[in-house]
Amino acid sequence: MPQYSFTLNGKTVQVDAPGDLSVLWALRDKLGVTGPKYGCGINVCKACTSHLDGKAFNPCVTNLRDVAGKQVTTIEGLADGDNLHPVQEAWLEQDVAQCGYCQPGQIMAAVALLKRTKNPTDEEIDAIENVCRCGSYFRIREAIKAAAAKMATPVAGPATGGANGIPDVAPEQLPATGLDAKTAAVGAAALGAAAVTALLRDDALAAED
Amino acid sequence: MSDLQRYDEQSDAAGTSRRRFLTYLVAAPTLAVAVQYGLLDGVAEAVVPTQPQPADNFDLGDFLILAGKSTEDKLIVIEVDKAGKVHCALPREEVGQGITTSVAMLIAEEMDLPLASVTVTLAPARPELQYNQITGGSNTIRSVYGPTRTAAAAAKARLIAAAAERTGVPRARLQMRDGDVVGGGHSIAIGDLTEAAASPRLAGVTVAVKDPSTFTLVGKPTNRKDARAMVTGQQKYTNDLEPVPGLLRAMVRRPPTINGTVKAILNEAAIKKMPGIRGLAIIPTGVAVLADTFGQALDGKEALEVSWNPGTVDAEDNKSILSKLKALNAPLGPALGTVVEGEFDFAFVNHAPMETITAIADIKADHGTVWAGMKMPIVAAQFIEDDLGFARGSMTAIVTQGGGSFGRRLFFDGALEAARISKAVGKPVKLMWTRVDDMRHGRARAASHHLVRATITGNDVVRFEHHVASVETDWRHGLGEIMTANGAAFGDPSVVPISAGGDATFSQSVFGSTVKSPYNLGPTTQMLNEANLVMHTGAWRSVYSANTRGAEEIIVDEVAKALGKDPVAFRIEYAKDPRYAAVIKKCAELGSWGKAMPTGFAQGFGFHAEYKSCSAYLVEIDARDPMKPRVIKAAIVGDYGRPINPRGLESQLLGGLTDAISTTLRAGLHIDKGLALEGSYSQFHFARQKDAPREVKIHIMPPTTGDPGGAGELGVPAAVGAVANAYARATHTKPRSFPIIFPVDFTPFTKGTGSTRVQPR
Repeated sequence: MPQYSFTLNGKTVQVDAPGDLSVLWALRDKLGVTGPKYGCGINVCKACTSHLDGKAFNPCVTNLRDVAGKQVTTIEGLADGDNLHPVQEAWLEQDVAQCGYCQPGQIMAAVALLKRTKNPTDEEIDAIENVCRCGSYFRIREAIKAAAAKMATPVAGPATGGANGIPDVAPEQLPATGLDAKTAAVGAAALGAAAVTALLRDDALAAED
Repeated sequence: MSDLQRYDEQSDAAGTSRRRFLTYLVAAPTLAVAVQYGLLDGVAEAVVPTQPQPADNFDLGDFLILAGKSTEDKLIVIEVDKAGKVHCALPREEVGQGITTSVAMLIAEEMDLPLASVTVTLAPARPELQYNQITGGSNTIRSVYGPTRTAAAAAKARLIAAAAERTGVPRARLQMRDGDVVGGGHSIAIGDLTEAAASPRLAGVTVAVKDPSTFTLVGKPTNRKDARAMVTGQQKYTNDLEPVPGLLRAMVRRPPTINGTVKAILNEAAIKKMPGIRGLAIIPTGVAVLADTFGQALDGKEALEVSWNPGTVDAEDNKSILSKLKALNAPLGPALGTVVEGEFDFAFVNHAPMETITAIADIKADHGTVWAGMKMPIVAAQFIEDDLGFARGSMTAIVTQGGGSFGRRLFFDGALEAARISKAVGKPVKLMWTRVDDMRHGRARAASHHLVRATITGNDVVRFEHHVASVETDWRHGLGEIMTANGAAFGDPSVVPISAGGDATFSQSVFGSTVKSPYNLGPTTQMLNEANLVMHTGAWRSVYSANTRGAEEIIVDEVAKALGKDPVAFRIEYAKDPRYAAVIKKCAELGSWGKAMPTGFAQGFGFHAEYKSCSAYLVEIDARDPMKPRVIKAAIVGDYGRPINPRGLESQLLGGLTDAISTTLRAGLHIDKGLALEGSYSQFHFARQKDAPREVKIHIMPPTTGDPGGAGELGVPAAVGAVANAYARATHTKPRSFPIIFPVDFTPFTKGTGSTRVQPR
């Protein structure tokens, strides 16, 4: 089985899988990184939208071999530890999510748009094709505009966003996922600090039982 | 007021743990189901008196509450742990409605706790609840409002009583504040009182719920508690879970026509040699392919060569189905006087939740567990028990948060299929449907045909008739418990005709208890006929009302025009209830009804009342190109009797608008030779950002009746009316066939091969 290596949310990962396995299933089924969602598998719903070398891409139609040596950022890598990216903050303030399933992709699409243009027009927002079956589009639009305003006038505090500050994670801190230890370790290393904190919190609760 | 009993921790289906110290079963207060005869008060004299319809007085939600009455005392269990955190495992399904946030608000309100101290999770199937574990009919908040408040009030009363015992301060001088019991110079954290509060000595404590006029949190716009998990990718849906080790990924190769069956697998050996493939299994709905990853399962599924037996509707297409509906629909009879009438049809509409049907199953020799988003988990577990030949009570059904539903997760097709596959291969499996399969073999709102007529004498409407013919809506999930489920062959292609099994009674009951006219249009007849076609249907958000009431709202505009009246003024004049008139007026103000619009643009109005709530929509459409209309603005008003979380209600109204824009203008299914042509969102034209309005104003009315009405489905029918009426006014047409713009503007995926994959770049 060939091995492919790429940078996932700031950490180098290796995946043993055929080169034509789509990145979506490499992330989800091999690495246990489940933020990017399956919605269509053919790049029309965009629920899996993530970033490849800083630009929006759709893991469902990208071969594993084509990300080798590149930087992949998923929703898990967007926040800086507990400090959310301004787009995530705007999503919370606008209470955008209903079922939430499409929102990781919506957010990654919005972040990519705001990287291209600081003040997106309504037409540019219209061009985001990500489907939200709950129909939260108006709040998405409002959140993107609010995030643009936030990013234009930085407030005090460390919430600057970007895939940075991902800490190392020891294998013993990992959840029992049924994945083999090696791939689970690699996957969890890519989860980001917020996730790890959450896992530790769950562990602490479990210990009380 | 209420009987308090010590909750027997051993009987808790979720198992016991040392974190739980205070658990009660509380007998909730009686919820009055009153017949409201006062509806005609205040009606203008000129309007012809109209008798209340069944759904005016006693609707589906009332029926569900009544059916749950005998188990209401077990419904809500509040737990307080030593850290002072309050937990409630809600026996309902969260699919985006925000019910876990609303229920947390009710608990926090009643117990004077910070909202952050309350955690609401989803309970597994609790068979002892019988008919009281259903998430449908917009009934969650209606059915849990009383029991939740009572249970929380009881927990609070016990905590205060325990503090009174410890401090010697009389109970009346103690109160809860931010997670502490305070009074008489004392302040004790509730976490320190849980053991004492659980003492049987306190069983006789008097419990009183708060006077709603003193609410400080309930009724205040509140953001979702689970939003942070969602925006960070931490929210877990079924496909994100690995609850048992060694889960094989399963996909099912499905037939080229609906309900076709497997004749033979032709290339089994070749498939088994493919990378990552772990096995195949023939199940009633197709061939399951098991692999290490879903990507590999999909490759295997698509490479399979299978010969198929025919399905149940191989000769049918949209045209033939509409012909059957037209032939079935009862004619309206001779017109007596001036009539305004219309003949309407609505195509099938897939539920299309973003998360396709997904389920995990771990089936052992004589028992097992399933994980899935399930709105009726009890009947799911019971049906699987029967299907696998297991004893009653041998299946555990874990309810996971769903990525959308819109009615889809009332059925448990995925859990059943996963259980069958797991049993067949003897291993735990995670099943996922592809989007194409979800579109073509998933469920859909049934296509329907409508004859609507208003009879006018002089300056008044004196009679209103609406005959509906619809492909059968599948109700075999019943009331969520096997006794009411009618599904001897459920999930199998060899399904018995639904109405032959007595299901027509169920359909008629739902139709009669949900569909009503909100206007005094004289003697009113609304009736349903169902065509017996064995297809995969199911209740779709607002069930019969989206089409039935949507069509009526179009006719109402045409009636107003015939009478020379303004459509909004007409609705206010003929409204059955002053609440309706107030909402219509408010919406007209909010959206500046009647303002001048350029050529090709227009406003449109729609109103709908159901489940003790009502809503009005005013939309503005740009239809300068009638083939490319866009709703550009919307003003929406909702009256929910007692709004619990206005922020969440706004979300539901916004979602209802998007559903209406989609299904009125572009989104539907073309059945062609027994299978939908549409296979993904590139073909089923559900709205995207470019189709959504850039300006939306929403207003939630302050409390009107005092009790919460239904919320989840309310918006769709009014919005359908508003969008269609705006289109009609902008284009000077009379829309009759929906979706209005409905070409096959795509190359369908090949049928039967399951080939859905675009070559990766």
